[in-house]
Amino acid sequence: MGKRTPLYDMHISHDAKMVDFGGWDMPINYGSQVQEHHIVRNDAGMFDVSHMTVVDLTGDKVRDFLRYLLANNVDRLKDEGKALYSCMLTEDGTVIDDLIVYYVNDTFFRMVVNSSTREKDLAWINKHAANFDVNVNVRDDLTMIAVQGPNARDKAHLALGAESASQVKDTAVFFIKFIEGDSMGEVAVARTGYTGEDGYEIMLPKEHASTFWAKLVEQEVTPCGLGARDTLRLEAGMNLYGSDMDESITPLEAALTWTVAWEPVDRDFIGRGVLDKQREEGVSKKLIGLVLEDKGVLRNHQKVFIDGLEAGEITSGSFSPTVGKAIAFARVSSTVGNTCKVEIRGKQLTAAVVKPPFARNGKSCI
Amino acid sequence: MSDIPQDFRYTKTHEWIKQNDDGTLTIGISDHAQGLLGDIVFIEAPEAETTFQEGDDSAVVESVKAASDVYAPVDGEVTEGNEVLSETPEIINTDPYGEGWIYKIKPEDAGAFDTLMSADEYKELVESEDE
Repeated sequence: MGKRTPLYDMHISHDAKMVDFGGWDMPINYGSQVQEHHIVRNDAGMFDVSHMTVVDLTGDKVRDFLRYLLANNVDRLKDEGKALYSCMLTEDGTVIDDLIVYYVNDTFFRMVVNSSTREKDLAWINKHAANFDVNVNVRDDLTMIAVQGPNARDKAHLALGAESASQVKDTAVFFIKFIEGDSMGEVAVARTGYTGEDGYEIMLPKEHASTFWAKLVEQEVTPCGLGARDTLRLEAGMNLYGSDMDESITPLEAALTWTVAWEPVDRDFIGRGVLDKQREEGVSKKLIGLVLEDKGVLRNHQKVFIDGLEAGEITSGSFSPTVGKAIAFARVSSTVGNTCKVEIRGKQLTAAVVKPPFARNGKSCI
Repeated sequence: MSDIPQDFRYTKTHEWIKQNDDGTLTIGISDHAQGLLGDIVFIEAPEAETTFQEGDDSAVVESVKAASDVYAPVDGEVTEGNEVLSETPEIINTDPYGEGWIYKIKPEDAGAFDTLMSADEYKELVESEDE
């Protein structure tokens, strides 16, 4: 038996198909992954993401600490509540994890990191936090529910109740809001997500998780599993740690150059030296988007060929319910042109090279 | 519990086989198999005149989750692949024993059908896998 989130019993009551996900018993779907995918693109779905790790960082030098720890620059965060996506790198410039950090106030930042990388992330954060007198508080007392889709916010407001909803409804995209006086206790609502749709990620005390989930169900928010979460994020052009990048890959090799803050040049962050060098000399591999023109399904680790030569492999591949074709990310040699071949069961099929996202806000971008 | 028609035969790898009046056999995947695969999004069905030995990879069924081979249950020659599946592969989810058939094969041995697993035997297999 794996670890269980506070919503485990709710998943079972919704007939979820449960799978092992990095040591957690998690719902892969509640019947149809494709249907759940479409519900998020067109209405409102919700995901139990309580397995992810919420870390609160506090202290007078927390901003200095994050300026050093992260490849993106927290100084881009000017307004309280604003969120930033960043990689956390090794000294070699490779990716330990990708994360979201929320600027709550000048002595308090909240970070959400992946579940599969939890232990090494915490070890790394703690090691460096000590030098800045930053307090690291892992919030295992919280649960997180992602409510996503064009109708997600309206439905979440009804589930939260008028008083709390009035505090969060004007939250801008990529901001977090801590609700004051919610009956559930400490509740934070962030207008972030991993689907390419509008919505919230709601963090609340875990003893209220099931009750709040049930309130969302009452508002006809559909439970969705990790299967749909994966096809949604792939369509939205968002990387998955462990598939699209890991500790052998730098952000420049993972289409994440945009998340590296090069200015100011005197900001010393972990891994900077290697990244500066790569930026100057160029990289031999890059992460690209593919749409299969022939019939078939792109899958992780299928080989990619350019001009008859093996040139890389697919890092995330699936059928795209929104586009109606197979789509993928592939890491290939930087010389790739407009098309390439992908080997599927011994046959070389043609794929077009495209710039993700493949789909967002309910529509195909291809 | 998944649906298992009594008059069909089955394989350990979850194909079903139906005997037709013209001596051909129709092949598909069982309700249990489509349930395990989830939403089916692509089928590679064999073309007419392809010949198979029992156990050969004869077709591929791909769901959002995974690709799964369909094995030839008998030696024989394909007479027809289900062309409808290339446009609407999801009918395997909704009607695995009817519209979701994958191909028809003329068996080398006309008695091959009777040697295959019965519905009751297949039911036991599925139940043992569910445990």
